[in-house]
Parts: sequence; C-alpha cells; structure tokens
Amino acid sequence: MNPLVPVSRARKVALGIAFFVLFVAAWSVATLGGFVSKTFLADPLTMLAEGWALFAKHGFAFDVGMTVWRVLGGFVLAALLGVPLGIAMGAFKPVEAFFEPFVSFARYLPASAFIPLLILWAGIGEAQKLLVIFIGVFFQIVLMVAVTVGSTRRDLVEAAYTLGAGPRGIVRRVLLPSAAPQIAETLRLVLGWAWTYVIVAELIGASSGIGHMITDSQALLNTGQIIFGIIMIGLIGLVSDFGFKWANQRMFPWSLA
Amino acid sequence: MSKLVVDGVGRTFPGVHGGAPTLALTPVSLTVADNDFIAILGPSGCGKSTLLRIVAGLDRPTAGRVLLDGAEVKAPGADRGMVFQSYTLFPWLTVEENVRFGLREKGLPAAEQASIARHWIRKVGLEGFERHHPKMLSGGMQQRTAIARALANAPKILLLDEPFGALDHQTRGLMQELLLAIWESEKTTVLFVTHDIEEAIFMASRVVVMSARPGRIKADVPVPIAHPRHYTVKTTPAFSSLKARLTEEIRAEALKVEGAALPGD
Repeated sequence: MNPLVPVSRARKVALGIAFFVLFVAAWSVATLGGFVSKTFLADPLTMLAEGWALFAKHGFAFDVGMTVWRVLGGFVLAALLGVPLGIAMGAFKPVEAFFEPFVSFARYLPASAFIPLLILWAGIGEAQKLLVIFIGVFFQIVLMVAVTVGSTRRDLVEAAYTLGAGPRGIVRRVLLPSAAPQIAETLRLVLGWAWTYVIVAELIGASSGIGHMITDSQALLNTGQIIFGIIMIGLIGLVSDFGFKWANQRMFPWSLA
Repeated sequence: MSKLVVDGVGRTFPGVHGGAPTLALTPVSLTVADNDFIAILGPSGCGKSTLLRIVAGLDRPTAGRVLLDGAEVKAPGADRGMVFQSYTLFPWLTVEENVRFGLREKGLPAAEQASIARHWIRKVGLEGFERHHPKMLSGGMQQRTAIARALANAPKILLLDEPFGALDHQTRGLMQELLLAIWESEKTTVLFVTHDIEEAIFMASRVVVMSARPGRIKADVPVPIAHPRHYTVKTTPAFSSLKARLTEEIRAEALKVEGAALPGD
C-alpha cells in the first residue's frame, strides 16, 4: 500500500462491505458459539427475530416515527434560528463581539445536563424533547456558520467591492453563496449530533420513541431489542447522511474539487 | 488633462506587538493622463501593490490623497475596475454571470446586462465558454474573464495588479497582446503594476520605476514606441535599449532588497 493512492470504486465498495461481514461473523461466533452469555448479548438471529416482533406486535414503527419527528423538529428549529445568527456574526464583527463569548460558553454546556431542568420547565412532553436537541445543536450551528462566513476569501470580497458592491451586495452575493456549501456540510454533521441527543432525551421521561423502547427492553433484559434499536438509529442516520450528501452535491457542483 | 492624481500618497503600517511601524510607501506623487497606459515597475515588496490598492480604495493612505476626475477616492467603487494577481472569479458563478456581476449590482435591466456581457466575452475571446464555471477554465482564461468583468462596468480607470504573474511565459505573452489590443481599441486609462520589465515596456506608454522598500518613485520613463504594437517590437533596438536601461534601474533596487553584492560585482 502506498499513501494517498486512490482505490477503484468496486474495490472500495467490496472493502466497505467486508468490514460489516467480518463484524457480524465475529459477533455470531461469540454468541452462537456460546462464548458470551445470552443475558448480556443476543445473537444476530435473535436480534432479527426480536426486531421483526417489535414492528409486527409492538407498533415500533410509531416509535421510529416519533424519534425521527423529534430529531427533525429540534434540528430544523435550531437551524432556522442558528444559521441566520451565525451569518450575521460572521459578516459583522460587532455582532460577533456581542454574541461570541456567550455562544462559546454555552456550546460547552452538555445538553443532557439540562434534561432535569427542562422537565421541570416544559414537562415530559414533546416541547422538552425538542428543547434538548435545540440546546445540543443550536450553539454549535451558530459558531460553525459564523466561522465559515468569517473565513470567506478576502480577495473575492475585495473584487466585489471594486465591482461596485455595497455591504448588502457583499453579504448577499459573496458571503452567502461562498459559505453555502460549507453551511450545508455543517448541517449534515450537526444532524448526526441531534440523533445522539434525541436518544438521551428519550431515555428519561418519555413514553414513545426508540430511546424509550431501549429503556423498556433493558428492564426486560432483552438485549436483542436493544441492539435492534441501536442498529435502526444507525441505519436512519446513514440514510439521512447519504441524502444530505447527495443534495449538497446537486446544489453546489461548483464547490467540488 | 489628468485623469488620476496621486498627491503625496504614503502608507505606514502600524507596528506589530509594539514593534516599530513599517513604512511601506514614502509619499509619492504621480499624475496619469486620460487614456494613458502607465506601468508601475518595481521589485517585490516595493509598495507598488500598496499604491494600487490605495487608488482602488481597498486601502487607505496614511498621508496624501488620490483624486480621480477631481474627486477624492475614499472607498472602493465601480469607477475603478481592478484585476488581481490571484484568481478572483466567483467560483459559484458562470463566466457570463461573473461578467454581469457589476452590471447587476448597478441594477441594469437584464437584456442590457446580457448584451454588454456578450460584447466583452467576445472581446476577450471566450465565446462558447459563457456557461462554464471558473474551475473548468485555465488560468489565462480566468484572467481574461476577470478583465472582461472589470471592463464591463465601464470604469474610468482599469487597475491591474500583476494580473499575469501566475501564468506561464507563453500564456503571459498572449495575454499582454490581448490586453494591449483592447487598450488600443478602447482607449481606457490603465494603471498596470508589474515586476516584469519586458511586460512593462511592451504595453505601457510610460513606465514608472519604484525603488525598494520603502517605496518611492525612482524614474519616470516614457516609451517612445508607436501604437499599435506588434509582438515583434520586443526584438527592435529601441525596445532593447530601453530594456537595458530599466534592467539596470531595477537590478540596483533588487540588490538593495537582497542586501548583498553578487559575486563578480
């Protein structure tokens, strides 16, 4: 192997799949071979059977739907407020000086630590779940967007000035289009974090959702269901990630190398 | 009449971390006549780009002032078109949209924008590339688009900051001919910054030589070669003697920058 030499597409796909095969094989050997107790880790076949039962008998589709709704709700809310604020901070230095210290501080507050407080304020309903996700991702979005907009190539900004652009034109016709691909990439990254927060929010004080199902299964020592729930989250995350990547490539073909 | 008056313009950069301030440009004065093509020639670091940026309004002088058509320059504006050494086409816009950028900013009707853009894209020989994005173009084509973009705005003066500096020698020669042909037919006022002696003589009607840092004007040399100029003038005796003279001037400055005499001197 030589550093940085690209692999062919077919080989890349084969290698990617190979890891999953190895992973499942190792898991099967450990569980079906009797090396690990069933109480601690279900085997792959049990996991699939439990998954089927979840959908067929326990209405798991509703839980998945609730979780997806919460993620999207909290994420969209945070993006709708966070992206414009980030753009304003990146473009205008006084705005940045005003908000940046607080946002940098708030970014380090763990969203999960707010759950007890949020339950007190908002109860255990949907508002609380959305707030956990919102707190978890809003400040990250603001800071990352501000950095992206602030790092717009200065020579492009200067070129626009010499072409007669004013402050408004610079923001709308240079900063925004220049930052757009990176902002979309930021949102893709942050959506992944939103998934982490939703499960944490659902582990405490929820009556539906994938996280709630996982807590219930823990009480019943049903590791098959727990693993199935985790894999569901991974699959949904993978699909949304691919969707985002595909959309970004379609929207910003000029930004690809 | 004088189109552009540079009146005692100097620039001092404040010291970093309490250090001594840097004098980048000792106050210089220069007048540029209407429709003239002036080259500012100097070794790197002589403040020639700083002077151009001050004329563009992208930088403010710490002394003196710049007058364009009698009005003081305080900020960048569409009346001074600029072409940069780095590739500054907007990568998200096509060639045509780049050329239309300033026209759209002015609020011209779309049909007028399109016809002006078509005119300039033809002038720089980029017909058929209107829908291309900058990353699909060679360096020379990108700079041709940048020239078209600046000229589409009908600026009072065109400022060029080593626009062909990043191009290979052959492409650079072709670009010089293209820019010269445009100037000969359009007669716009041009201020062209370069460190390339041949480039300065070939295009300019006047070469202003700047000294090493801190920059000041060392010589102001008219180029007595008639227009239109064909690239073969580069091999004429008049061209060669002027080149020899300017080479001496510049070499002395470059030596000062390097701070050492070369072997054999």
